[in-house]
Amino acid sequence: MSVVLLMVVCANLGDLMLKRGMLQIGAVQMSAPGIWHALWATARNGTIWLGIFFLIGFTICYMTAVSWADYSYVMPAGAFGYALQTMLAVVILHEAVNAQRWIGVVLIVTGVLLVGQTHPVTTEAKAKTATETVAP
Amino acid sequence: MIRVGLMLVFFICCSTGGEIAMTYGMKQVGEPESFRPMAMLRFIGKAVRNGWVWFALPLLAASFYSLLILLSWAPLSVVIPASAFNYVVGTFGAKYLLNEQVSVKRWMGVVMVCIGVTLVLLTGQN
Repeated sequence: MSVVLLMVVCANLGDLMLKRGMLQIGAVQMSAPGIWHALWATARNGTIWLGIFFLIGFTICYMTAVSWADYSYVMPAGAFGYALQTMLAVVILHEAVNAQRWIGVVLIVTGVLLVGQTHPVTTEAKAKTATETVAP
Repeated sequence: MIRVGLMLVFFICCSTGGEIAMTYGMKQVGEPESFRPMAMLRFIGKAVRNGWVWFALPLLAASFYSLLILLSWAPLSVVIPASAFNYVVGTFGAKYLLNEQVSVKRWMGVVMVCIGVTLVLLTGQN
């Protein structure tokens, strides 16, 4: 669970940095020079690199999590970050949050809790069941 | 609008395909022995020698760049629900490609997360 939490924190910080970086770069033109310019601009942008650093942290946590748990178990748990962002905005920044966003937070938390109640490794459980059935 | 639609399909295919391939590869690699630095380095070393992980990386890179392009092309009200839909597509991939047993409870959770993420992100941009 701590790996999934760390994964959520890294993903959110990474996304935030990428968003800031891309706002600094501007719209990407779909032509060969436009794409080349965008690639070059992202490679020279420090905020983008900071975002990439956090996303590498996210990738390592994600790889660790899926090395034993189901993909369909880990993936929705990652969405908990969106709920966490809203709660931090209310508690720390004292921001006003409207009803639509609260409904979204409640749906995410309920969804993650529902997924959390299922067995994290269904493929292995399936294999074990099969072995038990075959074994005398 | 057609180019946005095609790019969305490309983004979802690359993102889901990359994550499914990564999960398949990491299942072959196995869990790290511990969370100590040397054990984690050995774990990463085993991962970088896995073919499926290398198959996943260009797909994930392509999904990363296609998302950046989408964000510069289309309004967030289009991009966010489409990227949240990844949760549903990914669960289908897990069920049919990775043979995971997705129970009704897990499906309900995934759909709730998908709608919830859309609501939270769209409100955040208002």
